[in-house]
Amino acid sequence: MADATTTDIEHAEHAPHVHVTPLLTYFLVFLALAIGTILTVAASRYDLGMWNTPIALVIATIKAVLVILFFMHVIHSTRLTWVVIIASFLWLGVLFVLTFADYLTRVWKIY
Amino acid sequence: MSVVTNDPSAHEHHHPFLQHHFEDLGQQHEASTLGMWMFLATEILFFGGVLCAYWIYRVMYPEAWAIGAAQQIWWLGAINTIVLIISSLTMALAVRNAQLGRRMGTVAMLIATLFFGSIFLGVKAYEYTKHWQEGLFPGLAFHWNEVPALAPKVQLFMTFYWTLTGLHALHMVIGAGLLLWFIWRAWAGHFGPEYYGPVEIMGLYWHFVDIVWIFLFPFLYLIHGAHHG
Amino acid sequence: MSSLTLHDVRFVEPEGTRNYITHDYGALSWLLTRDHKRIAILYLFSITALFMLGGFFAVVMRIELLTPEGDLLTSDTYNKFFTLHGIVMIFFFLIPSIPAVLGNFLLPLMIGAKDLAFPRINLLSWYLYIIAAVMGLYIIITGGVDTGWTFYTPFSTQFSNTHVFGVTFAAFIVGFSSILTGLNFLVTIHRMRAPGLTWFRLPLFVWAMYATSIVQLLATPVLAITLVMLMVERVLHVGIFDPALGGDPLLFQHMFWFYSHPAVYIMILPAMGVASEVVAGFTRKKIFGYSFVAYSSLAIAFLGFLVWAHHMFVAGISVYSAMIFSFLSYFVAVPSAIKVFNWTATLYRASVALMTPMLYILGFIGLFTIGGVTGLFLAAIGLDVHVTDTYFVVAHFHYIMVGGAVMAYMAGLHFWWPKITGRMYPEWWARLAALLIFSGFNLTFFPQFILGYLGMPRRYHAYAPEFQVLNVMSTAGASVLALGYALPLAYLIWSLWYGRLAGPNPWGAVGLEWTTASPPPHDNFHETPVVTWDAYDYPAMMKAVGETQNV
Repeated sequence: MADATTTDIEHAEHAPHVHVTPLLTYFLVFLALAIGTILTVAASRYDLGMWNTPIALVIATIKAVLVILFFMHVIHSTRLTWVVIIASFLWLGVLFVLTFADYLTRVWKIY
Repeated sequence: MSVVTNDPSAHEHHHPFLQHHFEDLGQQHEASTLGMWMFLATEILFFGGVLCAYWIYRVMYPEAWAIGAAQQIWWLGAINTIVLIISSLTMALAVRNAQLGRRMGTVAMLIATLFFGSIFLGVKAYEYTKHWQEGLFPGLAFHWNEVPALAPKVQLFMTFYWTLTGLHALHMVIGAGLLLWFIWRAWAGHFGPEYYGPVEIMGLYWHFVDIVWIFLFPFLYLIHGAHHG
Repeated sequence: MSSLTLHDVRFVEPEGTRNYITHDYGALSWLLTRDHKRIAILYLFSITALFMLGGFFAVVMRIELLTPEGDLLTSDTYNKFFTLHGIVMIFFFLIPSIPAVLGNFLLPLMIGAKDLAFPRINLLSWYLYIIAAVMGLYIIITGGVDTGWTFYTPFSTQFSNTHVFGVTFAAFIVGFSSILTGLNFLVTIHRMRAPGLTWFRLPLFVWAMYATSIVQLLATPVLAITLVMLMVERVLHVGIFDPALGGDPLLFQHMFWFYSHPAVYIMILPAMGVASEVVAGFTRKKIFGYSFVAYSSLAIAFLGFLVWAHHMFVAGISVYSAMIFSFLSYFVAVPSAIKVFNWTATLYRASVALMTPMLYILGFIGLFTIGGVTGLFLAAIGLDVHVTDTYFVVAHFHYIMVGGAVMAYMAGLHFWWPKITGRMYPEWWARLAALLIFSGFNLTFFPQFILGYLGMPRRYHAYAPEFQVLNVMSTAGASVLALGYALPLAYLIWSLWYGRLAGPNPWGAVGLEWTTASPPPHDNFHETPVVTWDAYDYPAMMKAVGETQNV
C-alpha cells in the first residue's frame, strides 16, 4: 500500500520535488476525521467519570496528527520540518508542565 | 577557475517567479515552506499560551467550565467542525491540482474552500449574536446569573470562549482574504508543477486553522456534564 | 572546475563598482529597500534614536536620586520614567540591537548569501518596529505609563490610569517585528548557506544568532498572547488575572516571564556571538573549543526556558516548584561558563591586539561574569528573599544588559564599522570612549550592589539618607557613562567623511564578510563563494598570505 499511495513526478533539476498524494488517501483521511468528530460527540454524551477529558484529548490529538501528516504532507517532508513541529510542541509542553508544577504543588491547595 | 556568476543576464531563462537571491526554484520552495512551518510554530505557542491559561482555570473551576460549555449549542459546533474538515479536504485537493498543473481544478477547489470557510464564519456569527443576546458576552454585557456563586467563573469561561474563538475566527477571515487572492492567481495561471509552493503554503495555514478548531470544539462545547440542558 | 579558496577570494572586488549605499539614490530607495544591509542601517538609526530616549529617562532618574528627598520628580512622574526607561531600552533597543543591526547586516555576508531568505518580510519587520515606536512616542508625549515594564496585574488591568492599553499594544506589535527577524534568520541559516559552508564551519556569531532566533520564535508569541489577555481584561473589565473575579495574578507573571526570562538570552546570546568573533579576530586564533561554544549557545537557548519562575520566588508560588526553578537556574550557568572559559582559554598566551573592539570585549567578559555570578545569588531562594526588588537586582541585570549586551554591541559596531561604512573610526577617541564607558559603568552600578544588599528598594524616587553617598557615586558614574556614549556618536559620524579608507579587511580577520568590498556591493559577492576552510582558520590564511608575499 505504501508504494501504491505515492506518485513521484521528476522534473527539471532545479524544480521543487513534487510529491502527489493519491486521492484515495485524502478521502480516507477525511473519513477518519469525520468519524473522529462523531466519536468525540458520542463519547461526551456518556458519563465516563475521569475518562471523558482524556478521551476527548486523545481523539483530538489523533485528528490533528492525521491532518499534519497527510493534509500538510509532513509524512513526506524533510527531517527539519519534523524538528520544527516537535520542537514547538516540546516548548509548549515546557510552558504547561512548569506552570502546572507550581499550581499543583502549592501547599495551600488551590485545587 | 569556475565560479557561479551573479550577473542578472544569466537569470533570463529562469522562471518568472524566481526571486533573484535564490539559486533556483527548489531552494525558494524549501525556504518558503520552512518559513511557513516556523510561522506555524509561533502560532502553536500563541494559541498554546491562551490554552495554558484556559487549562489552569479549567482544573481550578471544573463546575463553572461544565456550565459554560452547556451554554453552547453543541450541534452547531459539530456541524462547524465537519464544515471545516471538508474545507481542509478541498484545500488539500487544491494543492494536489496545482501540483498536477490543473488550472481550473485548482480554482474550483480554492473556491470550494472559501465557500465552506464562509459557512463556518456564518454559523459562528449566528452563535455570537445569540450569546450576545443571552448576556454571555463577558464584561458589562454579562448577565448570566443562574448560579450566582459561579457567575464570575462562568464569565471567565466565556472570556476564554470569546478570546479563543475570536482569535480563531480572525485567522479564518485572514485565510479567506488570502484565498480570494489565490483564486485570482490560480485563475491567472501562476501555478503549476514547477511552482506550486504558494498554494502549498496557503494550505499549511488553512490546515493549521482547522487543527486549532479540532481542539477548540471539545474544549469549548463538550465538557462532560454539559448536556443536561 | 577549481573552487575558490580563502586565498583567492580575499580581494575579488573589481575597482569602481557601486556598493550598497551608492547602488540607488533617494529616500524611497531606502524606505522601500529589500536589501538586508540597508534595512540594517534603517534599524541602526531607529535604535540609536530610541537608545537616546531611554538614556534620557535614565539620566533624569539618576539626577533625582542625587538627593534622598524626592525633589525633582513627583512619585507619579518617577514611576513613569522608570517604566518608560525599561520599555524603551528592552523592547526598542536591546532586543533589536545586535540581531536587527549587526545580524541583519552580517548574517548573509557571513554565510555567503545574496540576501536573507525573505527580504520583504525583513522590511516589514522594520516597519512594524517603527509603527510600535511611533505609538510608544505618542503615548510618552500624551502622558506615559506607570506600571513598570513588567505590566504586572492587577495594577495594570484594574488600577493604573495611564496608557496601559496603548503601550501593551505597541509591545505586542514590536514582538511580531522580533518574531519575523528570528524566522528570517533561521530559514536563511538553514537554506541559504554558500556551497561548502557546513554547520561546523559557520562563524560562532551565526551560531549565536541561530540560538537567539529560536528564542525569538518560540518565546515571543507567548508574550503576545499574554498581552492580548491583559488588553482583553483591561477593556472588558473581566477577571482573567484578577483574584476578585476568580483569576490569578501569578498566572500573568508565569506567562510574562515565560517570554521575558528567555528575552534576556535574546539580548545576551548575540553579544556572546560578537565576543567570539572579536576574540578570534584580535588574537588571530581559532576559538578554543569551537564546538563547545557553538553547542553552548543552543543549550542556553533551551535551558533559558526552564528557569522563569526565579523572578517569582517571593510572589507566592509553590515552594516545591520554586526549588525546581532554583535548581534549573543554576544549570544555565554551565553553558555560560563554558563560553567564558573558552574565550579566556583563547586569550591565554595569545598576542592580543588591544584595539577598541577588543577593549570592549575584555570589558564584556569581566562584566558579564560579575553579572552572571550575581545572577546565581538571585537564583538561590534564601538569598533572593533578602535582595528581591532591591538595587541588587537592578545592578545585576544592568551588568548583564549594559555591561554585557551594550558593551558587546559597541564592540561589534566598532569591529564591523569599516565593513558597514568603508571607513575606519578614529582609534584614539574610540579607546577613550571605551575606557570611559567601562569606568563609568562600574562607578554607576557597582555601588548599587551594595545599596541593594543594604536594603535600598528599587522603584522609589526618595530614599533613606544613609544611602546618599553610594547614590551620589552612582549618579557621578552615570554622567561619565553618558559622556562615554556621546563620544562614539560624534566620532563615528565624523568618520563617515574623514575616517581612513578601510579596504576589504582592515583587521586581517577571516570570515566571508571580510572577503568582499567595504562597503559591500548590492549583491554582497560578485561571485558566490565556495567555502573549503573551517571557521577562524588563521593558520591557513597566514600560509596563504605568506605564499602571496613569497611570489
